[in-house]
Formats: sequence, structure tokens, C-alpha cells
Amino acid sequence: MSQTTTERSGGAVKAAEPKKKVALSEGKKAERRLGWLLCAPAAIIMLAVTAWPIIYSVYLSLQRYDLKFPDRQEFVGLDNYATVLSSPYWWNAVWVTTVMTVVSVVIELVLGMALALIMHRTLVGRGIVRTSTLIPYGIVTVVAAFSWRYAWTPGTGYLAELMGGDPVLTEKIPALAVVILAEVWKTTPFMALLLMAGLALVPDDLLKAAALDGASGWQRFTKVILPLMKPAILVALLFRTLDAFRIFDNLFVLTGGSQGTSSVSMLTYNNLIKGLNLGIGSTMSVLIFIAVAIIAFVFIKLFGTAAPGSDDGGKR
Amino acid sequence: MAGIGGAETTAKKTRWGILNAVVVIYALFPVLWIVSLSFKSKDTLADGNFIPRSWTFDNYSEIFKTTEFVRALANSIGIALIATAVAVVFGTMAAYAIARLDFPGKSLLVGVSLLIAMFPQVSLVSPLFEIERSLGLFDTWPGLILPYITFALPLAIYTLSAFFREIPWELEKAAKMDGATPGQAFRRVIAPLAAPGVFTTAILVFIFCWNDFLFAISLTSTERSRTVPVALSFFTGSSQFEDPTGSIAAAAVVITIPIILFVLFFQRRIVAGLTSGAVKG
Repeated sequence: MSQTTTERSGGAVKAAEPKKKVALSEGKKAERRLGWLLCAPAAIIMLAVTAWPIIYSVYLSLQRYDLKFPDRQEFVGLDNYATVLSSPYWWNAVWVTTVMTVVSVVIELVLGMALALIMHRTLVGRGIVRTSTLIPYGIVTVVAAFSWRYAWTPGTGYLAELMGGDPVLTEKIPALAVVILAEVWKTTPFMALLLMAGLALVPDDLLKAAALDGASGWQRFTKVILPLMKPAILVALLFRTLDAFRIFDNLFVLTGGSQGTSSVSMLTYNNLIKGLNLGIGSTMSVLIFIAVAIIAFVFIKLFGTAAPGSDDGGKR
Repeated sequence: MAGIGGAETTAKKTRWGILNAVVVIYALFPVLWIVSLSFKSKDTLADGNFIPRSWTFDNYSEIFKTTEFVRALANSIGIALIATAVAVVFGTMAAYAIARLDFPGKSLLVGVSLLIAMFPQVSLVSPLFEIERSLGLFDTWPGLILPYITFALPLAIYTLSAFFREIPWELEKAAKMDGATPGQAFRRVIAPLAAPGVFTTAILVFIFCWNDFLFAISLTSTERSRTVPVALSFFTGSSQFEDPTGSIAAAAVVITIPIILFVLFFQRRIVAGLTSGAVKG
């Protein structure tokens, strides 16, 4: 709903502009200056803390640079890339990260859609439901991760007791399942909120008309609601996929990356902070950046005109 | 919907009630578990019971006696508040310009902030580690505040520009007609109207900074600037030979309380802000 209103006001603004351009070129200049002035601090900080370090990390990734042997720093070309890309640890981490991202995002989409429908349609207690779903979103990830860890610790936890007291977090596959569970718990509400915003755009009349034509609940969902929600679903998927791909906190607390459960972020952290190897750490940073850029590119291709960037940029 | 027959609505209501209860339990279960752990006494800590058999405040009184936790709490509060304040001020300025003014480079700025919202933060960890070490920012407050501001800005800009678009244009025009400069129109007319949006954004940004773990663990090394989430993962209990479970649980509850309060009081606004921005940050 809000989207249609913004679109309308956006149109109105555009219509008013040409008149202004002719009449107020002095004011127009002032407006430009003010615009730049107001955006400058934000733009400068964002560029200084992201663009420059990324360029610098490309430079570092071409060096042999181990802080334990700082004197032996030298230019080694693409050697670091060869080292990382031929390392089984790296590929295991890529695999683990990809599996966790895909599995958790798919589960989140299904659960999130159910949750969005519940929040959107419920007859009673809407406030309570919305408030309680915000708690997983707001809670500190590390806190939630500790809660899950203790729940699965044999002897301490209620879930471990239920499962017969096996230490699930010490084996690769069960540990990954627990990490996915923790991720899903934490981020499904966020997914549901984004989907609910999309759900609000589906006109009630259309659903009523479909019902009158004899469409079943499931048909109304797949034939009416889903197509209309496509942009909202894609936005939610994009943000969640990129977010899931950088998983770190949950893994750090739940498994510490042991038993081959490291994600790419975890591996980078270990090489940098524990191993103090800046060259290798930076190489991994660059590779992750490229991977994320590819994911984003694919999604934005899928979006077409529904991309949030083109939406805001084009309209105003 | 309310007009349908009485019996049917009651049945429907019960069904919804059960569904809602499932959702609420799903959302609260892990939180209640950590609360329960934090109130367990030392000898019942490992009994695996969901509800404590004996209640105690010992875990709380103990963590507040350790400098490890108290320093971290002070760091967390200070760093999150400063980062929030700066990000919201700069974000407000930029969002105002994006929503209201016409200038070249605007869509570029929107695009860049969208990119940053999607940026893999771990890619910055290696270069920032080295840059901050050489600038002397490593393990200091500004060393964490700067990356937080950077990743909070896209969130702030998106949420705020969505709010600003809802503000009536005419008031600003009227102010300009009365002889106000664009700057004055911003300060005197639009800013007060935008206050609720700014406030919501501040909450979202604060939650983001409060939550961060990756930067906090990579760019700090001592109590000087370590925040609570990181301190938690290094907790060893008040004495060396003690299981830290109780202390961790108590500390976890302490840092969860502000978030729960925000959520309880500003639920509606937070939902509006999150969905309008569609950015998690």
C-alpha cells in the first residue's frame, strides 16, 4: 500500500520539476549544493571504510605477509590465490557455507511465508504475535547461540536429554543441522516481516473474486498471492541469502568451526586473527567479496526492474 | 470477516489462538531457556531441567563483580550509542537530500548504500585489521564505531528516506514562501515532523551495533574496547575452575533486556521501519 502512495507522490514531484527548472535556476543550484553537502559525510564514511579497504585487501592478497614473520613480506603475485584455491579446507568451507545458506534460506522462506500469513490474517492477538516474533530478530545472535549450545549440551540441556544424550555438536552433520536450526530460528521473523509487507500489497478484492470463481485456498495462494508477491519474495531472498552467506556468530559459539564445520567467514577469521596471516586472510576476503558480488548480480538479474536500487534511483 | 455466524467465529478464533500460541512459543523458547539457566543455582545448573528447581540471583551478582563484564557492558553501551548518534545524524541529512532534493549523483549514492548493505563484512576484516593497526585505531572505541557507522548508514538512509517521503511537501514549501532557506526549512519544519522516523531508525541502528560480533571480535584484543557479545565468548567464570555457564547465561540476559524493552514498547514502529527499509544492515 505504501508503495503505491510513494509512487504517486514520486510522479507528482517529477511533474513539478520542469517548471521549477525554468523559473528558479538560482534556487536549483542552491538545492544541488545542499544535496551534495548533506550527502557528503555519509558518502565519505561509507567509501572510506569499504572501498579503500577492499582495494587495500587486493594489494595485501598479492603479498606474502605473515605477521609472525613480518620481515619476509614480499610480492608473490597470485601465489596466495593458488594456495587458497587448492586447499581442501577452503573448499570444505565453501561447501559448508553454500549448503547452510541454501538449506536455511529455503526453510526460512517456507516458515517465513507461513508466519507472514498467520500475522497477516490472524483474528486474535495480532499484537502479541508480532511482538514475540520481533524478539528473535532483536536478540543478540551470540546470546541465542549460547542458548542453543546449552540446550544441546549433554547433561545441561533439555534438547540433548530429549535426543538421548548424544553430544550432537561434536559431529559434523548433526552440528551443522543445529547451526541451521539456530539460524532459522533467528532470522525467520525478519523474512516473515518482509513477506508480510508484500502480502499487504495483495488486494482483498482480488482474493474474494478468486474465491467466488471457485478457487480453493491453495489455488488462491499459488495463483494470486504468490505472483503478486514476487518482488517482495525476491527482495527477502536476496537479503537473507547474502546474510546467510556471511554466517559467523552462530558457528563461532556453537562449534567454533571444529569437525570441518567452518564457514568461509570462520576460516578467514581463523587465518587472520589466530594465524595472523594477512596475505592468506586478505585473499579469502577478496574471494568472498567476489562470491557475494556474483550472488547479488544473479539476484538483480532475476529482479529486473523490481530491484530496490533501480526502484529508488529511477523514481526520484 | 466479523459478520459470519457466531459458532464459526469462535471455532476460527480458537484455531487462530492455537496457531498464535505455537508462534509465540517458537519465538520465546530459547529466550526462556537462557533466562532459566541464569537463575539456576550452581548445583542444579547441569540438571537439564527447563524450569529451575531452585532459584538464585548469584549468577547476576557475580558477573557484576567482575571487571571483565562491567567494562564490556560500558564499552557496548558507549560504542553503540555513539555509533547510533553519528549514523542517525548523517543518515538523516543524506535521506533528506535523497527524498526531497534533486541533485546529480543521487541514484549513485542510493546504489552505493545498497551495495554496502549487501557487503560481506568479513571481506573488510583483514584490511581493516591492518589499517587500524597502523593508524593506532585497533582495539579502541573509534576502531569499532567507524565500521558500525558504515554498515548502519545504508539502513538509516533507506528507513529514513521512506519516512521522509510520507511527510507533507506543502509545509516545506510554505516555509520557503515565508522566506526560509532550504536549510531552515529542513531544521524548523521537516526535522520535527520526521522525529518519529528518526527515532525508529535509531532503535534499528542501535540493535545492529549492539548485536555485532564479527567486527568486535576481530578488531579488539583487550577489555579496553571489547563489547559484551565478545566478552561472553571469552567468559571463564569468576574463578578459573568454575563452569561459566551460569555467568554466561546471566550476562546474556542482561544484554537482552534492552532489546526486549525496545521491542515491547516500539513494536509497531520497528515493523514499519524494517519493512520500509527492507534492509537488515
